Amino acid sequence: MNAPFNPSRRSVLATAAGFGLTLQLMAVPALAADASAAKKKMIVVICRGGMDGLSVAPPIGDSEYKGLRGDLALDATALPLDETFALHPQLSATHALAKAGEARIVPAVATPDRARSHFEAQDVLETGAAGVYSTSSGWLNRAVETLSAHRKVDAISIGPTAPLLLHGKVQTASWSPGKGVDAEARLPSLLQDLYRNDTLLGPALAKGLATETMAKDATAGLGGGQAAMMGGPTAKRGGGGQGGQPGRDAAKMLGQAVAGFMREPNGPTVAAISLDGFDSHAGQAGLLTQRLAYLDAVLDGVHTGLGSEWKNTVVVVATEFGRTARANGTGGTDHGTGSTALLLGGALKPGGIVGDWPTLKAQALYENRDVTPTLDMRGLFKGVLAEHMGLDRAALDNQIFPNSSGVKPVLGLV
Amino acid sequence: MPRPDPMMMAAIAATRFGLGARPGEIDTAAKDPRAFLRGQIRRSGADQPAGGPVSSAQRLNDFREYRQDKREAKVEKAADVRAATPGLTPPSPMTPADPAAAAQAKRRDLPDPVKDVGRMLRQDIGQDFAARMTLATTTEAGFRERWALFWANHFTVSATKAITGTVVGPFEEEAIRPNVFGRFEDLLGAAETHPAMLTYLDQIQSIGPDSQAAQFMKRGSPRGIGGAGGGGGFQRTAGLNENLAREIMELHTVGVDGGYTQADVTEFARAMTGLSIGGPNGGRGGDGAYGVAVFREPAHEPGVRTVMKVSYPQQGGKGQTNAILVDLAAKPATARFICTKIARHFVADDPPPALVARLEAAWTGSRGDLARVAEALVDAPQAWAPQPAKFKTPYDYLVSSFRAADVAGLPFERVAPILTSLGQKPFSAASPKGWAEDAPSWAAPDAIVKRMQFAQMFSAGAVRDRDPKQLATEALGERLSPDTAKAIARAESRPEGFALLLMSPEFQRR
Repeated sequence: MNAPFNPSRRSVLATAAGFGLTLQLMAVPALAADASAAKKKMIVVICRGGMDGLSVAPPIGDSEYKGLRGDLALDATALPLDETFALHPQLSATHALAKAGEARIVPAVATPDRARSHFEAQDVLETGAAGVYSTSSGWLNRAVETLSAHRKVDAISIGPTAPLLLHGKVQTASWSPGKGVDAEARLPSLLQDLYRNDTLLGPALAKGLATETMAKDATAGLGGGQAAMMGGPTAKRGGGGQGGQPGRDAAKMLGQAVAGFMREPNGPTVAAISLDGFDSHAGQAGLLTQRLAYLDAVLDGVHTGLGSEWKNTVVVVATEFGRTARANGTGGTDHGTGSTALLLGGALKPGGIVGDWPTLKAQALYENRDVTPTLDMRGLFKGVLAEHMGLDRAALDNQIFPNSSGVKPVLGLV
Repeated sequence: MPRPDPMMMAAIAATRFGLGARPGEIDTAAKDPRAFLRGQIRRSGADQPAGGPVSSAQRLNDFREYRQDKREAKVEKAADVRAATPGLTPPSPMTPADPAAAAQAKRRDLPDPVKDVGRMLRQDIGQDFAARMTLATTTEAGFRERWALFWANHFTVSATKAITGTVVGPFEEEAIRPNVFGRFEDLLGAAETHPAMLTYLDQIQSIGPDSQAAQFMKRGSPRGIGGAGGGGGFQRTAGLNENLAREIMELHTVGVDGGYTQADVTEFARAMTGLSIGGPNGGRGGDGAYGVAVFREPAHEPGVRTVMKVSYPQQGGKGQTNAILVDLAAKPATARFICTKIARHFVADDPPPALVARLEAAWTGSRGDLARVAEALVDAPQAWAPQPAKFKTPYDYLVSSFRAADVAGLPFERVAPILTSLGQKPFSAASPKGWAEDAPSWAAPDAIVKRMQFAQMFSAGAVRDRDPKQLATEALGERLSPDTAKAIARAESRPEGFALLLMSPEFQRR
């Protein structure tokens, strides 16, 4: 069931390293030699729209919280984590994992971007650059590219379009439910021939066909109703008002589909999941009830779907920015700065919050309005990539997160 | 730059500037490809989809009533359940429980009028989209329609919010299409103050923190002024919502590097307070205009506003909003930001700087006359490079497939799932940024597989008795490559040949 370590690949690498043929390989001998490295899995979940960190992990023990949030405060219903923090009532599966030492919160984290623009901040979050427009590929793609020099690493996203996080030199897979395709049929074969000189369509079609083949096993256990999983968190809007059960089922199935691919022999070990709809300018309570129920179900699907592979996995949930500490005038919150990231996985070391909590005291707020970030998002990603996926500091500082040597990886997470 | 021959230019005119060639279109364009495009630019704006005008106000109203009925039905149903469940509600001594419960149970078996209305609203949206797509597949002025679609995407209103889904079509008809060849300033004003945009970007509830309305609500009024909120229920707190202000600056005018600060966004949001739509409590805010854009003086934040170093004196009505919009429209950063976007949309993901400069010069020289900018695009030699650099979006891909087959399209019930599977759900861009422009966003492996499945399915039904070699020549003209022509010639069936055309590298690009 699990990807078997491929001895021929190992000996090729060992030989190459032995002859000193590749400097890059020489730099990380431990990687090539470590069989367990090949099993390490990383999943990045992007929550678009500026997810409100103070709702994901409400600091119910912070004396300012209730006053700032008024009716939006979740102090009575949240699921407690420690004396300061709790989780949103809809994050029940995540809470169970946290209680088991397999989920942690990062309550004051932000990208280096400060423009409070969704689109600029998402670009910075996904490209891993210090500023917007400095690169057009995603950091996760570059991480896969660097890792691929040492071992076979594939990445996948679910949905017909791939998030910017996975755009780049390495052709990553994408998949969504559909009729299924026979890669040996005439049309796909003719097209592969027609695309032999097309650097965009050729690799994309080849990857798409290979993924369809893998999907036959990877998603076999999911059964009917798969098309619903593509609806996203907005699909069941208003359907019940309590994060309607159909939405949760579809979300769980999405998580299971990702897990299904990752459990396949030679399946992807890196995955990206993109969720929309977290922009809560108005009617935030209802909107987040439903979106966070969706997120929780996706994570639950990943956890249960991975089964014994969960112990090799780290999931990072991140958003482009947090929201204003104060509620606005329309039952919501506006664009802010620091937000909450989530870490989940059987590979995590148990522990409390990651990074410092700046508190919500008036003088502690960023520009008198937002949660002040105490941690650079890149440091969080770097920590997971370094200690879990085995990437070295030089690659992290230069290729994967360009010009970021000043941003230290958060160590000790795994 | 070597000038392509006229036949190549005709193929480019129909496919890169337009929506893809219908049979005969390239020949028509070949007489004078530039004149063929220039002739499509007209002051009166873009064409309107068939089906007659339905006002946004009507749609907003229908939706609001539907939502209210739904809420009431839910309350009623909950009451039914309580009444029908022994132990939950003790039978009242006044009325015997059983007959009432039976009657309620019977009522639940009847057709649900609320659900029917919901279905009708969805049908309206489907019809709006289908009418727009039929216009695209049948028009002889493909460039004019693409120019309109560019602006519709620039000023995205999306169905990701249930209520705005009902007004995406009317918004395009009322605010966008009439203005796409006029002054940018007018298009901007029409788009930003339209009820659909005000609803989509949360402006309708925004209230000046020091306005009369806010004072009134602080004193404990049980109902908010206007009550046009999308969140349901009254709000006890009232104040600013800066969503629209920010997106106007970031997405619609100067762009994120346009030199504004958080303070400018907040000031602009204050200036716009009062802009809203007439609500069901019409009259309370001094207006009875159901679903129509209104200005509520009591909700307007009093005082002088300073936006991007310009001071706007206090004045009645929309004066401050209009003045700020006019200034934003005239900024050089706006010309640069939008001209770059036009070049990216029509020519290349990474457009030639010389092309952007030409468009900018036309914009600045004409004070934002969009007809002049469209002409500058047609005249620019950089726009006519023979190598196609743009990968078609799913919508454009389907439209051009239908045009190549010379059919009006597929019914909405079939088109919608196809577009969704390709990543472009009808009227549902994920964010106000609109649909992506770049190839990597649309050419992921799964999307290519799904395109292939569409090409196969559509070809099987559409070209049973027609020669795919002929259709390929009509669709691509000089752009048809020898490799593709050879593959089509070798196809074992007509549908296979046509599917190869639709999936060919040159057909998927422009």
